[in-house]
Amino acid sequence: MLKNTPTRFGFMAKSLHWISALTVISLFALGYWMVELTYYSPWYKPVPHWHKSVGILLLLATIFRVIWRFYSPAPSALASHSTPVKLASSLTHTAIYFLLFILMTSGYLISTADGRAIEVFTWFSLPGLGEFFPNQADIAGLVHKYTAYSLIVLSLLHGLAAIKHHLIDKDDTLRRMTRN
Amino acid sequence: MKKLLLATALLTTTFLAPAHAADYNIDDKGAHASINFETSHMGWSVLTGRFNTFSGEFSYDEKNIEASKIKVIIDASSIDSNHAERDKHVRSADFLDASKFKNATFTSTKVEDKGEGKLAITGDFTLHGVTKSIIIDAVKVGEGDDPWGGYRLGFSGTTQIEMKDFAFKMDFGTVALKLHIEGIRK
Repeated sequence: MLKNTPTRFGFMAKSLHWISALTVISLFALGYWMVELTYYSPWYKPVPHWHKSVGILLLLATIFRVIWRFYSPAPSALASHSTPVKLASSLTHTAIYFLLFILMTSGYLISTADGRAIEVFTWFSLPGLGEFFPNQADIAGLVHKYTAYSLIVLSLLHGLAAIKHHLIDKDDTLRRMTRN
Repeated sequence: MKKLLLATALLTTTFLAPAHAADYNIDDKGAHASINFETSHMGWSVLTGRFNTFSGEFSYDEKNIEASKIKVIIDASSIDSNHAERDKHVRSADFLDASKFKNATFTSTKVEDKGEGKLAITGDFTLHGVTKSIIIDAVKVGEGDDPWGGYRLGFSGTTQIEMKDFAFKMDFGTVALKLHIEGIRK
């Protein structure tokens, strides 16, 4: 099933979820490592290029993901979840989407502050729109850094909560995102 | 009478003296001044850039060149090498650490007249919180009345610094500074 049903996630939502999870963790690790590379490292040129390329692809995927979520709404929370749990998880999900967009927007603003385009591998380039505010590259850089840390912490909580539901509450929360 | 004449002569000289040593503001507003740098890109080519924001003033006396003075304050964060990502890196703690060391300054301590409009300007250059004495080789380009009621005087200058002398975390060796300064008489 491509689309979600009232009780289960469809193939599209599950794929997008897990691809995003893998991509976010990879980009975080890559980003954390690449900012410390010295100029003379052979990785100095290619890694930021990959980071930016994958980041732009994730942006496109996330825009599609949000559209898909409206087209095919997520199943409602499990009936066994208490109201505070429902509220907490729904807030976390919204915050994760929110942080993702701040993260990708700030990343874009760093690299395009001088009007340069971002090249996505050798496939296409996303035009730069230049400087929207003074000191853009530096400010966007700080926002990017702290948003990335926040997103990773929140994702970790999200993952731990899913595991808690699976192992302790023994409910379907995690299974809904893995099995058909 | 003799005393009065002498006193008048002295007073006149005292009052006239500053007319020779004129003070100038560097025309940063009209951007008839630029602070440029060049450094080697790993030996393959020369990378150039500039500092967009600075201000300064100088005094210059044709009759007594060695009494000339110059002071320039440069906003370190205004570095511009035509590449936002590189500029961000140069502003970072790897190089200028511009959030901590906002300004670079040059204050002349000695001016030598080398003849034919050439000057050797010794001064204290503070960059990245480190002060070193450097010598700028300068040459007077021209002076005269401008069409808008002012009087202008301009110089070009070059000097070299070593990144390691200014305690940069990353060291790419020598940086050449190329300066073009036009002053408007105060």
